[in-house]
Amino acid sequence: MSADTVVRPRRKSSRPVWEEKPTLLGQFSKGTILTAVVAVVIVPLWVVVVTSLSSEKTINEAGGYVFVPREFDPRAYLVIFSGGQVTDAILVSTIVTLAGTALSLIVTVLAAYGLSRPGTLGHRSILFYFLLTFLIYPGMIPSYLVVTGLGLKDNLLALILPTAISAFNLVVLRAFFMSIPGELYDSARMDGAGELRILTRIVLPLSKAVTAVVGLFYAVGYWNAFFNAILYIDRNDLQPIQRVLQQFILAGQSPSTSGAAVAIPGLGSSVPPSLAIKMAVVVVTIVPALIVYPFIQRHFTKGVIIGAVKG
Amino acid sequence: MSELASESVSIGAPSTASEPEVKAKKAKKNDKAVSRQQLSFGKRLRRDWPLLLMCFPAMALLLVFHYVPSLGNIIAFQDYNPFVGDDPLEAFLYSEWIGFGNFEYLFGTQAFWDSVITTLSITAFQLVFYFPIPILLAILLNSILSPKIRSLVQSVVYLPHFFSWVLVVSLFQMMLGGAGLLAQTLRQAGYTPPEIMTNPDTFMFLITSQALWKDAGWGMIVFLAALAAIDTSLYEAAAADGAGRWRRMWHITLPGLRSVIVLLLILRLGDALNVGFEQFILQREMVGREAAEVVDTYVYYQGIAVQQWGVGAAAGLFKAVIGILLIVGANKLAHRFGEQGIYSKS
Repeated sequence: MSADTVVRPRRKSSRPVWEEKPTLLGQFSKGTILTAVVAVVIVPLWVVVVTSLSSEKTINEAGGYVFVPREFDPRAYLVIFSGGQVTDAILVSTIVTLAGTALSLIVTVLAAYGLSRPGTLGHRSILFYFLLTFLIYPGMIPSYLVVTGLGLKDNLLALILPTAISAFNLVVLRAFFMSIPGELYDSARMDGAGELRILTRIVLPLSKAVTAVVGLFYAVGYWNAFFNAILYIDRNDLQPIQRVLQQFILAGQSPSTSGAAVAIPGLGSSVPPSLAIKMAVVVVTIVPALIVYPFIQRHFTKGVIIGAVKG
Repeated sequence: MSELASESVSIGAPSTASEPEVKAKKAKKNDKAVSRQQLSFGKRLRRDWPLLLMCFPAMALLLVFHYVPSLGNIIAFQDYNPFVGDDPLEAFLYSEWIGFGNFEYLFGTQAFWDSVITTLSITAFQLVFYFPIPILLAILLNSILSPKIRSLVQSVVYLPHFFSWVLVVSLFQMMLGGAGLLAQTLRQAGYTPPEIMTNPDTFMFLITSQALWKDAGWGMIVFLAALAAIDTSLYEAAAADGAGRWRRMWHITLPGLRSVIVLLLILRLGDALNVGFEQFILQREMVGREAAEVVDTYVYYQGIAVQQWGVGAAAGLFKAVIGILLIVGANKLAHRFGEQGIYSKS
């Protein structure tokens, strides 16, 4: 790929003495490659954001997508938040994400704690029960039959319960809980604390970071959930945001918003161009990921994400 | 079965505990475990019931939404008809058992084999054009001296991993599609834009670029961790002995990455029939069935869209069984190469 790919020690920022001076060509090609890689990620996002904030005139002049921002026109956002399909979808996705993450975290933390001490009754079999999910997984059709058989069709629980537990997250949390010194448990028990008390008063405060990361992973999963909605949700007002995005961008429908027909007070009667509305929907699906991302990133660079799978 | 090996997949540097410490801890735990084993069942139950209770909700959820549907795969041996009962369970009880009938039908269907071949070619294609990219990127990034640039690049390229497939495919559509940014620019400059999103002939390149855009950056993490773990004194010694940068890369860097590469290769081979599902279901209509039908989309269309439940379930079960065989086989291969693999021999 590049002409100059030599590994250097991480801790030092300066070049170690034993290493050759970098060649001009090497530096140049490295810079070019990295700039290209970064641009490939950034440019589409930039274009989407700028277009979503553009007025009809700018969009027409540009012939479609806008590259250079000329104005700040938030009308597209006002439209999608003023009722209609997109507003419903944002609400649905928010509810599913919040409720789902809460449920997943509680259940996963409890199980991870319950499994964090080897030698307890049934420890090995229960752990095996969880790990087996890596190898054996249900087919799409039996899952569909089970979920619909439970009467969860057109029920938001169908977007939560089937994906509520990730054995991987469970194993990550368990590994972290196991690394907490046993003396802490013992002394708490000596003082008469029950298991739930030890979990909430000692273990959880010590593992805030890893719990947060696991929670964020769950949240990203719920927010991005798409296919379960195709399977289980038929009603229009219960569709999550990803489904709406798919309908607008890929299936080429134009956004139906009840707000679009009505003039928004104070902004004139002109409806913002549909391209700006579409781009606003895209931005809305991206934003939650952008918000949680710095938190996740801070923690995974600290090496929180470990998958110490152990039998 | 076998035990999952400890620390087989460790992403990022774990805690600071050095190896002897860890071993001492393990020994201590084992001692405890032994002393606990000697208590009677009743005593252990009385002591451990709160912990068991804590595991219960997660176990129940997995039972209903994971293991019951896994067992439910046996409708692959039925002429399943949802209308013979009031709910799926009743329908299951009253449906006719037809042995391997669904499989006979499936194996005699060209469309099924087409989907298997498409899936395997995508896996093969991505082994060549996707798999090495995160490794090269990680080596390149690791050679950058400035920590600021390094963390900036990392922050940017990890980001798309957190986007949904709908979003990724939508962004590609908006940039490269018929009404996208590229087409718009080319048209304004007087050229005819090429068909990118709808061309079945170049579909492999398209899906691989999408996968790269989404996950190549994230895929670096494992390799960056492995690179950071390489002892720098090796490089120093090699340089002192006159090894240039390319020789150091060949003799130190690549061997340092070897076990991670082998592990990930095995995981990929074991997953040969899994090439992702949402990415294909989203684009199947745009490029047509011939190019975009993989086993998973075949299961969906046979089972749920066309309502041939038994045939769809049979295709799903076929894929699951082959998947398990592949993982076990790939792991055997890893042991033969002297690597640890996903789980150790027991």
